[in-house]
Amino acid sequence: MARISVKVDGIAYEDDVEPRLLLVHYLRDRLGKTGTPIGCDTTNCGACTVLLDGRSVKSCSVLAVQADGCDVTTIEGVSSNGEWHPVQKAFHEEHALQCGYCTPGMILASIDLLKDDPDPSEDAVRQGLEGNLCRCTGYCNIVRAVRRAAQEMRVTTP
Amino acid sequence: MIPASFDYFRPSTIEEAVDVLAGAGEEAKVLAGGHSLLPLLRLRLAYPTALIDVGRVAGLRGVSDRGDHVHIGATTTHDEVVRSPIVREHCPLVALATATVADPAVRHRGTFGGSLAHADPAGDLPAVALALDMVLEVRSSAGERTIPAAGFFLDYLESALAPGEILTGVRVPKLGPGWGFHYEKFHRTAQAWATVGVAAAVRQTNGTVEEVRVGLTNMGPTPVRAAAVEEAARGVEAGQNGALRRAAEQAAEGTDPPADLHAQPDYRMHLARVLTHRALVSASAHRSPLT
Amino acid sequence: MTEQLDAGAVAQQIREHDALDAPGGGSEVGRARRRKEDARLVTGRTQWTDNIQLPGMLHVAFLRSPMAHARITRVDTSAARTRRGVVGVFSGQDFAGEQGSLPCAWPVTADTVIPEHPPMAVTTVRYVGEAVACVVAVDRYAAADALEAIEIDYEPLEPVLDMTEALAEGGPKVHEAGNESFTWKFAGGDIEAAFHEAPVVIDRTYVQQRLIPSAMEPRAVVAQTDGDHFTLHSSTQIPHVLRVMLALTTGIPEHKLRVIAPDVGGGFGSKLQVTAEEVLCLLITRRLGKPVKWTESRSEGNMTVHHGRDQLQNIRVAADADGRIRGVQVKLLADMGAYLMLVTPGVPLLGAFMYNGVYKMDAYDFTCTGVFTNKMPTDAYRGAGRPEATYAIERLMDELAVEIGVDPMEIRRRNWIQHSEFPYTTICGLTYDSGNYEAATDRALALFGYDKLRAEQSDRRERHDPVQLGIGISTYTEMCGLAPSRVLGSLSYGAGGWEHADVRVLPTGKVEVVTGTSPHGQGHETAWSQIVADSLGVPFEDVAVLHGDTATSHKGMDTYGSRSLVVGGIAVVHACDKVKEKARQVAAHLMEASPDDVEFSEGRFRVRGTGTSQTIQEIALATFAAHNLPDGFEPRLDASATFDPENFSFPHGTHLCAVEVDTETGATAIRSYVAVDDVGNVINPLIVEGQVHGGIAQGIAQALFEEAVYDSDGNLLTTTMADYLVPSAADLPNFTTDRTETPATTNPLGVKGVGEAGTIASTPAVVNAIVDALRPHGVHDVRMPCTPERVWRTLRTGGGEPA
Repeated sequence: MARISVKVDGIAYEDDVEPRLLLVHYLRDRLGKTGTPIGCDTTNCGACTVLLDGRSVKSCSVLAVQADGCDVTTIEGVSSNGEWHPVQKAFHEEHALQCGYCTPGMILASIDLLKDDPDPSEDAVRQGLEGNLCRCTGYCNIVRAVRRAAQEMRVTTP
Repeated sequence: MIPASFDYFRPSTIEEAVDVLAGAGEEAKVLAGGHSLLPLLRLRLAYPTALIDVGRVAGLRGVSDRGDHVHIGATTTHDEVVRSPIVREHCPLVALATATVADPAVRHRGTFGGSLAHADPAGDLPAVALALDMVLEVRSSAGERTIPAAGFFLDYLESALAPGEILTGVRVPKLGPGWGFHYEKFHRTAQAWATVGVAAAVRQTNGTVEEVRVGLTNMGPTPVRAAAVEEAARGVEAGQNGALRRAAEQAAEGTDPPADLHAQPDYRMHLARVLTHRALVSASAHRSPLT
Repeated sequence: MTEQLDAGAVAQQIREHDALDAPGGGSEVGRARRRKEDARLVTGRTQWTDNIQLPGMLHVAFLRSPMAHARITRVDTSAARTRRGVVGVFSGQDFAGEQGSLPCAWPVTADTVIPEHPPMAVTTVRYVGEAVACVVAVDRYAAADALEAIEIDYEPLEPVLDMTEALAEGGPKVHEAGNESFTWKFAGGDIEAAFHEAPVVIDRTYVQQRLIPSAMEPRAVVAQTDGDHFTLHSSTQIPHVLRVMLALTTGIPEHKLRVIAPDVGGGFGSKLQVTAEEVLCLLITRRLGKPVKWTESRSEGNMTVHHGRDQLQNIRVAADADGRIRGVQVKLLADMGAYLMLVTPGVPLLGAFMYNGVYKMDAYDFTCTGVFTNKMPTDAYRGAGRPEATYAIERLMDELAVEIGVDPMEIRRRNWIQHSEFPYTTICGLTYDSGNYEAATDRALALFGYDKLRAEQSDRRERHDPVQLGIGISTYTEMCGLAPSRVLGSLSYGAGGWEHADVRVLPTGKVEVVTGTSPHGQGHETAWSQIVADSLGVPFEDVAVLHGDTATSHKGMDTYGSRSLVVGGIAVVHACDKVKEKARQVAAHLMEASPDDVEFSEGRFRVRGTGTSQTIQEIALATFAAHNLPDGFEPRLDASATFDPENFSFPHGTHLCAVEVDTETGATAIRSYVAVDDVGNVINPLIVEGQVHGGIAQGIAQALFEEAVYDSDGNLLTTTMADYLVPSAADLPNFTTDRTETPATTNPLGVKGVGEAGTIASTPAVVNAIVDALRPHGVHDVRMPCTPERVWRTLRTGGGEPA
């Protein structure tokens, strides 16, 4: 067992974990943060994407012990004061989700993408989301949503 | 899926790291970003008894300008490599190839040293290491040594790292002025491994090709240096119709490409020729594409 | 010449069509309402099956056969039992007396061979991945660890991996009864006459590769019992069907079994199944008395979620010299895999009536043989049978155009059913109630810029550009809205095709709709709310839709086959009609008028010719109070309806695809994609657009990327998403989608269904485009998926024998 301290969605946790415990299982099974789902074994699908110290990572391929001392943001922590994040709003407005299983990861990957590129082209969004698979939407509306959120964020945070 | 149990060590200095590794037995593995290793563990294709997490070892992370070469610490993430102004200025081929590795989230965790130490010929960076004659710095409890890239990749997933040795950093020689670069990656989907990749560097003077470096991804059990192309391209006029194509025709020479789900060897050899030509043309046309 | 339309403007229109969140904008139906489902999905408050944690819950992990075909000679679970946290280890022998056989509900012929299908193999394994043992442990890590301590010895048997070889005499057999499950025939008209001295006969064989549905949520099951009643949560499309089937399989009485499909992360047919894991989890919880959970990993799922397609299609067409089709003959081999699962043998039959497509012809002849192999069973995957049929006929129409020497669109126009000819009874005996192929096609051509692209194509051909341009057409129709129960009966299906709804007006005037459909991404909560809001004149926000739990929704046939709106939506309409009729009685009574004089509109009952009115909310409260109701009136403002459709519905459309094929590498890039679909009237254009987008993406994925590959020993090679290539955003283009609206005449909403249209249409559009690009090189076929290597090899060999 290893002792870890992690801040998840603003709350500090300290736990003893097996070294092999995957971060995503720590979030889901130990902390009850079930907003972050698991879609594959090989880092391909991106469903489990969270922000680790502010950057997108696939939490199925990070050990909980590797996150010791880090700040984790999951889909459950991106709203502030009850107000949805602009990316959440845009996914809703543009019908960028159907079953919604990929959506948490897709939203966190999009938030990360917009940090680097506040005004991404369609192609930049498609490339930037290459690590997140969706089986329902065909991606068109996801691309629209990310660009819409970008516009919204440029307006509100000049 | 779920990894089997292992012991976990997180040393904070390289001295401590090599000591722990020395005592951890033959089945211990070094863990950096974990993006090559963890999927193997989850699929239970690997059963290390211990993981030595070097992710927080001081001094292993970061890029620095060392005069005649750029030094990239082993645990520098792909993302940090791509963003590094030093890398972009002095070894743009590294930035170009690294930007094609997997996807953004993986590049946030995966490390430069990890990709080389994993010695996967389908990885994008080993071919670049070969083409640029990088020098790998390794450390063990017995001390330090360097290994030239040309002697580092021994076989499929097998490097020249001896038991107890940890890759600590990589020296990327600066090539100086007059060079152009390109990494041509061919893959079936954006996330897929390269079916074939070509790392090319071309130095010209007034349109004449003076020197060429070509490294090939996924054309054998190790990355391959396309020596015949380098030889054939020297002295040709880059703008002359067909000159680079003729040189690129040698690209498959001496290769032993794998047969797998995504391609058979003869197709890979064909691709190597086509893509090498494209890479040479692009490298000739675009000097320092990132600056 | 066709006019050129602005594609971007079309997408914008759909969104603006919604004067939407402005209240009181009149009709809800047709508005681009944003979905009610989204709030929980974008905030991570979703209830996936794997989220469930119960006190004392145990975790199940399955050991799976590494052999494609073998006898189990020894099982030793003793070491596994001693591992940390292990509560139980079971092999097939342990369940042999109680596990029954997984059901097949569709014996397509009287003599269909339906082998016993034990949920856990007892004596013989017949595909890689078949469950052979399981561990039940205190957590998922302990369960995974102990699997490795189970010892099983196998005596290998020769695997059957190729359909054609499987049918040859004297080879190895998957089952004792042989490798042929059934041969099903269907004919219309005189096929011999059609082919006799036909000026043109074209004969092609196409390969429908095996696909892995790849819903993003892996399957998961939670089973629990209080010793008498059982509750099963499952990531399923079919909680209602599942309950009946599990009751029959396990012997748990139906009334003591509750099945819940909580939030379900996609299905595409793959969760239209009664799975071994569902049965076994129930048996385990029955045996141990503890709640148990099993969650699949992706690599486990790629092996053991039923696969799709896998057919070998021989199709022949006879035509007149001007290209008019005389007859079509189809001979199909369909790979069943190792067993028949829920509707395995029926899948090719759903295509049997569709090989004529949108075209008129004199004769049609269809034969399908179902073949056993040592692979994962196949079953429904998005489109189920109809994509295969559409692919074959649309590919063949292009071949016919080349043979006749006309533009591929022209050959279609010469043969399709004219708008003026509807309703039209096809050679297969189906009556297409409505359609307008001309309108959809003209719209698509205009959005696509067909003529301009053809000009560019000629230019590139003349210049011998290494990157060639190809244009692919697919003018498809499909049958959906499964299904009229009588038709299903005539096809030997084991159940009906009706759907059920309850509509309850609560005392405060809010409305609960209980639907028998079981959405997993389709947005029924939103669309049903729109229908009910219009019908009852209540605010959209005042409607809640309940589904997916057999305790709250006791009756249903669930969601698949583009049926939910066309069948389930109509049941909702009928239930609303009954509620309104009851409310009218109460309203008339309260307003002291004759019910015949009471009109209803926009939520208000009015006495004709007076100013007197009552809202439906007022009626609801009065009904609840029950102080003053008509004599004998039951004090309830709720109603049920079960709707059985009279006919299928027939969406149609025209999809156009332009590809650039790099003849040096063989790589294909989609340059533009236009889809104009006619799905009848539309409840929510945003949801329709989303269904079309996703469908197109899956159809393109079949054309370009995806294939389940087994090696010569029967090992699945594409077990991970690194090998089975599901496309990402970076691998797909933007789609231009638009609609024409020709209402269905067979239901009161005029709707046709949209779940599968995109997938059915897009695959042939893409492959036609690739072949079109390469025609000057002598290419007439590229086998799917059209990987760069396949394109390259086809170019080298010319022609197009399966690579």
